[in-house]
Amino acid sequence: MIPPFVIENSPALMVIVPFVAAFIAPFSGRVAPALRALVVGGAMAITSAITLLLASDVYAHGTRLYVFGAQAATLAVPPDSGGIPVRIMFTVDPMSALMLVITAISAFAVVLYSLTSERHHSGLGSYYTLFLLMVTGILGMVSTGDIFNFFVFLEILSIASAGLIAFRIDGGVAVEAAIKYFVLSTIGALAILFAIGIYYGEYNALNMALIAQRMQFTLLDQLALVLIIAALAMKCGAVPMHFWTPDAYSMAPSSITALLVVASQASLYGLFRTVFSLYNIALNAACVGWLIIILGVLSMVVGVTMAIPQKNVKRLMAYHAISQTGYMLLGVGVGLAVLGNQPLLDAFGYMAMEGGIFHIINHAMYKGLLFLTAGAIFFRIGTYDLNKMGGLGHSMKWTMIFFIIGALAIAGIPPFNGFASKLMIYESVFAFNPVLSVIAMVVSILTLASFVKVFHSIFMGPVLPEYKDVREVPRPMLAGMGILALVVILFGIFPSLVVETLVAPAAHALADQGMYIAAVIGGGV
Amino acid sequence: MDMLFTLDTGAGFWNPVLWILGAAVAGVIALILYSLGEKGYRKGTAQEDPFISGNPEPEKGLVHVRSGNLYWGFLDAMNGYYRRLVPLHTGDLHDYVLWYMGMTALFLVVVVVFR
Repeated sequence: MIPPFVIENSPALMVIVPFVAAFIAPFSGRVAPALRALVVGGAMAITSAITLLLASDVYAHGTRLYVFGAQAATLAVPPDSGGIPVRIMFTVDPMSALMLVITAISAFAVVLYSLTSERHHSGLGSYYTLFLLMVTGILGMVSTGDIFNFFVFLEILSIASAGLIAFRIDGGVAVEAAIKYFVLSTIGALAILFAIGIYYGEYNALNMALIAQRMQFTLLDQLALVLIIAALAMKCGAVPMHFWTPDAYSMAPSSITALLVVASQASLYGLFRTVFSLYNIALNAACVGWLIIILGVLSMVVGVTMAIPQKNVKRLMAYHAISQTGYMLLGVGVGLAVLGNQPLLDAFGYMAMEGGIFHIINHAMYKGLLFLTAGAIFFRIGTYDLNKMGGLGHSMKWTMIFFIIGALAIAGIPPFNGFASKLMIYESVFAFNPVLSVIAMVVSILTLASFVKVFHSIFMGPVLPEYKDVREVPRPMLAGMGILALVVILFGIFPSLVVETLVAPAAHALADQGMYIAAVIGGGV
Repeated sequence: MDMLFTLDTGAGFWNPVLWILGAAVAGVIALILYSLGEKGYRKGTAQEDPFISGNPEPEKGLVHVRSGNLYWGFLDAMNGYYRRLVPLHTGDLHDYVLWYMGMTALFLVVVVVFR
């Protein structure tokens, strides 16, 4: 039923479709806004379908290679290349596939929501161009097997994101937030480029599998590792390099903020890919693991405590995004800390990694949902100020229900998806260090307290006179939120299925450097 | 069936279906207790008015507890912590870059020392 051409070329198509559509969107908008909506919605639907198709193929048949410009798509090392994989290639293993699933679901829900939420704004040609470029950047980052290509897609993502953060201008405040994001992103990208130069100078290679195979962990490699860890930790909003996050998340349109969450997780993916697939046991896993754990704990605690006093609902949610990133860093950091010790890895290391990785997909869904509910509130009342809200539960019942689902999920309340991943993190991290587990639980309680405050402030209380005419948001916006809410519920009710099918293969693919190298180079140069 | 619903968490397990069944039973018990309550309640009558020591009820908008009034006690108790933490969030890009550079330097020292 699906043409073999599509399946064979799915890694290329999933990037090409949004990329080409990005440049068609502004022209189609000049013909008719409805045509632009058709182009953007259609391109995103096709991209999501291809992406999910590729992910299911990877989960069914193992890592997929796609070598651009080669005689055969899987010909990584041509006979006349001197044993070096010279071409640009995508290496989609189960960890990449998991990130593809996240991006496909989130981006489709966001575009569905955006088509209505942004329809009254000007400059929509640019908006959708940048939106589709963001999607291209994320998909490329999580699929590429070439480290220079990773940098290129990171730059596409950063530039498009900065443009969209500034989209509403908002008296210059949004532009200021975008400039902060852009300056930091550029410095981080330069650091990554410098690290890439080190690898190229040392190993004459840009392919990640080949660099991993030749890794010596010299002083220069240590410098490169630090440059990449710091840059990507900053990009994913880890404390104390998180300062840009509340500024950018709160000023971007809410639909874009939901996608910025996925963008941050693509950086987190890059961080994990670097330490596990490039370095693995070549580095002092316990040392770097603890470094990541400390970043995680700081992010959890500082994120949640900074969220509680916030008055702007999106700034509050942004700090919670930082806090939740801490859980992912904690879980995967524990896995890294015991990477060289197989008994400990089997006892709780894999479980911690699975918890952290499961939390990535869960967080993308519920935090995306929460940002979309914040956008729905803004769509109707025109403010993010919690002090000016109240009683909206009377008129925006569906938005309230979606908010409750997202809030309970982020607070780790059963039976929603956040509980399942947090439980895996608590139990496995407890076996590693009980204090860390206790901190994670306390942070969850504070998260619940914070969202109780938000829920009361927005939805509870009598109908306020200024909001007596407020109505529910249009159905396409509800549909966008509904998709994410449905995933939150289903992942909560079938956690085992998700972990066995999507998460465990991803965790094992990440930890198994040999498998990653063999998939590309086939056992040795 | 077991693979669908029971998640192995290492030291234990989590079965959301059991939890939902438990919650449903608790809900039924709560409904039964609710049905045993006051029968004379009439919606939309003066029975719904709050009793504020005989004083008249203020405007609805005036009695809503706004966000800024919530968790005052927590924030006051944690004043020492917030007094140090909040000023670090200056909003100044120079500070953001300095934190990033500082952390990069710190990571380098840690990774090289513990290589």
